Amino acid sequence: MLNTISPAAKADPNIALAGEIIGACVHCGICLSHCPTYQVRHEENDSPRGRIFLMKEMYERGGAPDARTVEHLDRCLTCLACEAICPSGVEYSRLIGHGREHVAAHYRRPPAQAALRRVLAMLLSRPRLFRMGLAAGRVGRPFRALLSGPLRAMLDMVPTAPLPAPSPVDRPQVFAAEGTRRMRVALLTGCVQTVLDTAINEATIRLLRRHGVEIVVAAGAGCCGAPAEHMGDSGRALPLVKANIAAWLREADGPYGLDAVVVNASGCGTSIKAYGHALRLDPAWAGRAARISAMTLDISELMERIGLLPPVVPTGLRVAYHAACSMQHGQRITRQPRALLAAAGFTVLDIPDGYMCCGSAGTYNLLQPAIAGELKQRKVAAIRAVGAQVAASGNIGCMTQLAGEVGIPFVHTVQLLDWATGGPRPAGLEG
Amino acid sequence: MRMPDPDQGVIARRGALAARLRAIVGAQWVLDDEAERRPYRCDGITAYQATPLLVVLPASTAEIRAVLAVCREQGVKIVPRGSGTSLSGGALPLEDGVLLVTSRLCAIVAMDVENRVARVQCGVPNIRISEAARPFGLCYMPDPSSQMISTIGGNVAENSGGVHCLKYGMTSNHVVGLEAVLMSGEVIRLGGGFQGAADGELDLIGLLTGSEGLLAVVTEITVRLVPLPEAARVMSMSFASVEDACRCVGAIIGAGIIPAGLEFMDRKVLNAVASLLREEHDPRTAALLLCELDGTAAEIDALIERVRGLAEQAGAIDIRASRTEEERERIWRSRKLAFSAIGKMCKDYYCTDGTIPRNRLPDILDRMAELSRTYGLDYANCFHAGDGNLHPIIMYDAARPGDLDKAEAFGADVLRACVDMGGVLSGEHGVGVEKRDLMTHQFAPADLRQQQVLKCAFDPEELLNPGKVFPSPCRCAEFGRMHVRGGEMRFPDIPRF
Ligand SMILES: Cc1cc2nc3c(=O)[nH]c(=O)nc-3n(C[C@H](O)[C@H](O)[C@H](O)COP(=O)(O)OP(=O)(O)OC[C@H]3O[C@@H](n4cnc5c(N)ncnc54)[C@H](O)[C@@H]3O)c2cc1C
Ligand code: SF4
Ligand code: SF4
Repeated sequence: MLNTISPAAKADPNIALAGEIIGACVHCGICLSHCPTYQVRHEENDSPRGRIFLMKEMYERGGAPDARTVEHLDRCLTCLACEAICPSGVEYSRLIGHGREHVAAHYRRPPAQAALRRVLAMLLSRPRLFRMGLAAGRVGRPFRALLSGPLRAMLDMVPTAPLPAPSPVDRPQVFAAEGTRRMRVALLTGCVQTVLDTAINEATIRLLRRHGVEIVVAAGAGCCGAPAEHMGDSGRALPLVKANIAAWLREADGPYGLDAVVVNASGCGTSIKAYGHALRLDPAWAGRAARISAMTLDISELMERIGLLPPVVPTGLRVAYHAACSMQHGQRITRQPRALLAAAGFTVLDIPDGYMCCGSAGTYNLLQPAIAGELKQRKVAAIRAVGAQVAASGNIGCMTQLAGEVGIPFVHTVQLLDWATGGPRPAGLEG
Repeated sequence: MRMPDPDQGVIARRGALAARLRAIVGAQWVLDDEAERRPYRCDGITAYQATPLLVVLPASTAEIRAVLAVCREQGVKIVPRGSGTSLSGGALPLEDGVLLVTSRLCAIVAMDVENRVARVQCGVPNIRISEAARPFGLCYMPDPSSQMISTIGGNVAENSGGVHCLKYGMTSNHVVGLEAVLMSGEVIRLGGGFQGAADGELDLIGLLTGSEGLLAVVTEITVRLVPLPEAARVMSMSFASVEDACRCVGAIIGAGIIPAGLEFMDRKVLNAVASLLREEHDPRTAALLLCELDGTAAEIDALIERVRGLAEQAGAIDIRASRTEEERERIWRSRKLAFSAIGKMCKDYYCTDGTIPRNRLPDILDRMAELSRTYGLDYANCFHAGDGNLHPIIMYDAARPGDLDKAEAFGADVLRACVDMGGVLSGEHGVGVEKRDLMTHQFAPADLRQQQVLKCAFDPEELLNPGKVFPSPCRCAEFGRMHVRGGEMRFPDIPRF
């Protein structure tokens, strides 16, 4: 699509890149068919093609975007279903990423909105603060009938069950491989995940050790930066990104080396695989960031490379596999998790309209509760229709969004793989 | 391409009109903010753009009726729009017209398995019908490449075709009933809920199918469903020259074989879709033919052998047949995404569509190559060979001054050549604004006039999608005066009933 972004504006390499990406879009509309917000709203402005047009106008006009443009860009889930389906190879992820930064830099949000976004970015990237926030949230829960909008959604998210105690595996340390060491990897132990569900990292570590992998939880590594990045807050995201790169490269260049950075939350994986792009204009970091991105693997990619050990328990369950957006669209990983589950002896069932986002999308369910709620209801109905005994996914965000509503236990894929190859039966699956 | 001058008086009344329409459809479904109107500036052809006066998204036939009534009362024009994938500028907005978007009318109202029909609202994407019919072993056959998103209402308006239309027919062969809102505010119902329901009435369904939003807003459609073929396999046949491939098309059809699809892709298209196809092709390949055969397994096996023989005679250098359903789907997917995939190879493209008698295929392809040299623009070819329906994709760079004009002139010359070779201007994309000014090349004045008379019968004030299809205004008012002038019939000597 032709755009007339001025040469002066294009002096900014991010805007120049945006211009090229917009130029690649032929306005065919194919992406509308896979865009969850379009499926809910049926309005061009809430579709990928519409948002590309809005960003084109935003850059052509320059300066602060108007409130309506921002509203429609905010409604984007960043689920990247559009990018995965686009036959012209339009890199929507990069376009919306820089679009959000442009909004953050030029648009003054109403104070309440701005404050909420700041709090979220801070809470979600710091496990200890998040833990405190959740505790406070539990106190506030009885009052939620009085609230509406994002605050209400935040309180609704607070788990009713007590939080698990911080897990000892999330502290910096090394876990030795069982038997001969085949590989040495760094595991991102995440941020929100360490608070909400410690069992996932524990299962991951057991599974990897059993398969001859040594695991490092690197000192200095923490949140991947995605929550802040999703809100266009690169000022907050980049220090986290650099801390991770530094921590993992210390290991990679240390005496024992590193074969991969392994991630078991696909939302984080997508963002780490994009570190190279995020820092491409920073000469001091570009090379190092690209190196980390290139060595990052989702746990399912790694397990497929290693090859799963034969199952030792006859699990025989019907599993509804929920493909997280960051997994299937962001990282284009579709085959591996299903193949691994099948190899572990499960019957894998696909969920109808599987390309649709469940509405979790990082902080989305907090900032856009109406659309998120609608998407959640649709996903819950689709999962229930499958007739499975357990649901599995590779992303904590989806699990928090859906567990408790689907009528069956909802676990991480690695928990099932761990169980099948000799680990404990995942909690909730008893009996 | 010129559009009628916008009426500034109407533009000045935008606010008041928005308020009236909001009372009908709800505040959030009328877009009057300029930022939100801009993404509706064009459809699938970006060369033509205009910001609509207002965008309105009704949710029911009743709301559409009320919107039309207000527009008629206010003398405001209306452009219907489904998903905005038209490749002829059919949904190009008017600066002094309301853009009536049907995407919220997206319910499958009824699935009647016994009568093998589905009743659906106009905004339902084509593919959703087949998805809903699949559990019953049925499908909706017409499959434009845009089927994932183009609406059934848009398909009816453009009488869309697709890969499977060679054997199964175009949209018009699959509509058994219609509900439409006329500019007068009346709702008409044509045909009904079973095949044959329209027998005995003037074929107004046929008239509305392909009317490009000029006659009425189609709100509900009852389509015919057909049993899913028991099996289907697709052959892909490589040829070292375009002529050989054309000869093969002629041979297959000449032998009395009716493939479920017979598609042509040239080398450039093949390169563009290579990543979707995920298979290597002989480097000598200049043209690839895809030939789908469906029926019972035994029938298909026999047909494959016959087609193989014909292809070998025509000089095919490589012949393959899909073995699994997954492989077949992958091959068709690559074909269906071909237009958009071309987007990776050039800045902008312009895809036109004309139809010629099949035996003239080699001539028109020669002519295209010649025109490409004259205009200095590259092009690619990917089309429904079995129907002689061409889709030259002309590549240009809108940012380069003069390029768009050249692309348009190139396209127009191809279409003129189609007509000169005994063909027609459009196979399935419609006339819209793109081919509007070429209509006089195909139609004599009397032919065009008669079509305009029909337009006037439906929309005497010329408020529905004006400026499209006809190269000149219909002048319905003048036409009306022709009959009764000064209280006297124009042709008093013609006997009356
Ligand atoms: C990638 C791509 C591939 C394509 N492949 C094919 C193909 O294989 N075969 C083919 O035939 N076409 C093809 N097309 C063209 C296009 O998809 C079809 O013309 C389609 O039917 C348009 O549907 P739409 O919902 O997008 O309608 P729009 O583009 O929104 O509108 C098209 C026309 O229909 C009118 N209209 C829409 N809805 C209504 C209604 N309810 N009542 C009255 N008038 C209405 C509009 O006013 C306009 O004139 C393709 C387009 C693209 C972008
Ligand atoms: S599918 Fe790709 S090229 Fe087509 S409109 Fe969407 S982003 Fe643009
Ligand atoms: S990222 Fe998801 S929500 Fe955003 S435009 Fe693309 S498909 Fe729609």
